[in-house]
Amino acid sequence: MSLLKVEELSVVFRQRGREDVRAVDGVSFSVAPGETVGLVGESGCGKSVTSLAVMGLLPRRGVLVEGSIAFDGTELLTLPADKLRTLRGRDMAIVFQDPMSSLNPVVPIGVQVTEVLVRHRGLSSGEARAEAAELLRRVGIPDPARRLREYPHQLSGGMRQRALIAAALACSPRLLIADEPTTALDVTIQAQILELLKGLVADTGTALVLITHDLGVVAGMCDTVHVMYSGRIVERASRHELFASPRHPYTAGLLASVPRLDRPRGERLEPIQGSPRDTLPWSRGCAFAPRCRNRVDECARAAPELHGGSHSLRCFNPIEAKAVNR
Amino acid sequence: MLRFVVRRLALLVPILLGLSILLFLWVRALPGGPAEALLGERATPEAVERVRRLYGLDRPWYEQYFTWVGNLLRGDLGVSTRTQHPVLEELLRTFPATMELALTAMIFAVGVGIPLGYFAARRHGSWLDHLSVAGSLFGITIPVFFLGYMLKFVFAEKLGILPTDGRQDPLLDVVHPTGFYVLDGLVSGNLEAFADAFQHLILPGIALGTIPLAIVVRITRASVLDVLHEDYVRTAEAKGLKPATIRGRHVLRNAMLPIITIIGLQVGLLLGGAVLTETVFAFPGFGKFIADSIMARDYAVLQGFILFTAVVFVLVNLLVDIAYGLIDPRVRVA
Repeated sequence: MSLLKVEELSVVFRQRGREDVRAVDGVSFSVAPGETVGLVGESGCGKSVTSLAVMGLLPRRGVLVEGSIAFDGTELLTLPADKLRTLRGRDMAIVFQDPMSSLNPVVPIGVQVTEVLVRHRGLSSGEARAEAAELLRRVGIPDPARRLREYPHQLSGGMRQRALIAAALACSPRLLIADEPTTALDVTIQAQILELLKGLVADTGTALVLITHDLGVVAGMCDTVHVMYSGRIVERASRHELFASPRHPYTAGLLASVPRLDRPRGERLEPIQGSPRDTLPWSRGCAFAPRCRNRVDECARAAPELHGGSHSLRCFNPIEAKAVNR
Repeated sequence: MLRFVVRRLALLVPILLGLSILLFLWVRALPGGPAEALLGERATPEAVERVRRLYGLDRPWYEQYFTWVGNLLRGDLGVSTRTQHPVLEELLRTFPATMELALTAMIFAVGVGIPLGYFAARRHGSWLDHLSVAGSLFGITIPVFFLGYMLKFVFAEKLGILPTDGRQDPLLDVVHPTGFYVLDGLVSGNLEAFADAFQHLILPGIALGTIPLAIVVRITRASVLDVLHEDYVRTAEAKGLKPATIRGRHVLRNAMLPIITIIGLQVGLLLGGAVLTETVFAFPGFGKFIADSIMARDYAVLQGFILFTAVVFVLVNLLVDIAYGLIDPRVRVA
């Protein structure tokens, strides 16, 4: 039984005098308790907008959200604002990309953690402080009592991200969305934060949606991976399958552009040609066609459907499947 | 924090020293002088010379300056050539009036301006937003004396619910221990005097507060719009916090910094007196008194009053800086 079930989610940004922008276009995925699901893609592919839609954090004006987002059987898209507010922070939480700008600069770290406890668990401020110190300790912040009194600018980048994670974990949410949680951090801190998130899933059975452009992060963390391009999922597979036998040319391109230690030195990385701006609207064909090496005539005529079972993809001319030995 | 305050107060000394010299020279650079102003156009040169000698104006300016500073340090600001009262006495009489008026105007401007600016930003692009932008433009451009007379016409003349001018009904039997009439009413337990003094402040307070109101609305709206797009507001939303918590702790607290700067500047300006408003409402305040003193070339009053305004201005700005430090921890470190 899945905890979060997103079906045919579409998000359209409408602005007067401009063409509508369909940032997310019929995305479906589900996450079970204790499972880690990755949403992968370049900037602008709609992965962050998907996470904001799940959390109900998109602005109401000028944004059209369609489809269905069910959390533990409750439809979130039609849920009244105050009910959604009770779920947010308590049952579902999110960790954002930039820990500096995501923390309020003029409020002490302590308050930014305790406010969740006071709001959702009705703790007194004294109880909440004790609990917050324990949370900071759990996410690996030394001397938590002192850190509670400090302000974001007095903490290092890694520590800020830990503080944000502590606030997100305060009420032991059943679903945690991590939107590029390590992008703003340096590599050693990245590893620590990922380790922290991994331990969390293992210990508490939290369902984790990990949003990233970094396939290295995916390789270490995710059970299932959804690769997005231009608002649609183009390939979906278990982590093992995806890395062993990527079948969509876009996924293959992403993998080829990751530097690897097991390749000969001096071998050049192969970037994907063009940029995400060279995109065809899905209504006219495959959005990736202008940049694709495997392009066939059909690609410019119609959009391929997502097909296949556990390893599904959206492509007319996919790469041959390799035999995957498990 | 204490060191910061002491350092800023110490900075007052060179500011006041420089300003006092400039002031001294400036009032003397005005064409004519107190003697001519007192005696009128047809005064004989001998009479003028006699009056100049009486006030010591025949001596070199630096001699006059040192005498003045010496007296100042003993708390003696001299005597007004126009009213023949000690300058200190005039200051203590007119400044509380202006301060009451300025505070009323600011309470009006801030009390209406911050909520209006906030909701205009929250409903960005709505009719309320457009109305606040248009309204604040109107508020800035409307001449104060015109607005003052219109208010008087509607609320005092036509509706008759508020007094037309002055600070207090002259028929009331009241005492003034502090010089702040509203406060005096409370202190002396005379609620009628309190209500009367307060009613006298409403119309001039609105007239004087309209420009600051328009400015506060605009700054608040712009500042809140900025903050609403910050990631930490999204974080606060993601925590499922109550709207009131998000508004107070996460939006307004950050949006306050530019608003406080503007409020400080406006308070400083208003405390310097409001000649037009005080004239329209025959309000015996600081600004009107200075304007009259300029006409009479009343050197002692001009020197004392303007120097005092400078002190007030510096103190208000010091308060603003302290408020900054209290709101934003990053300022404290710097």
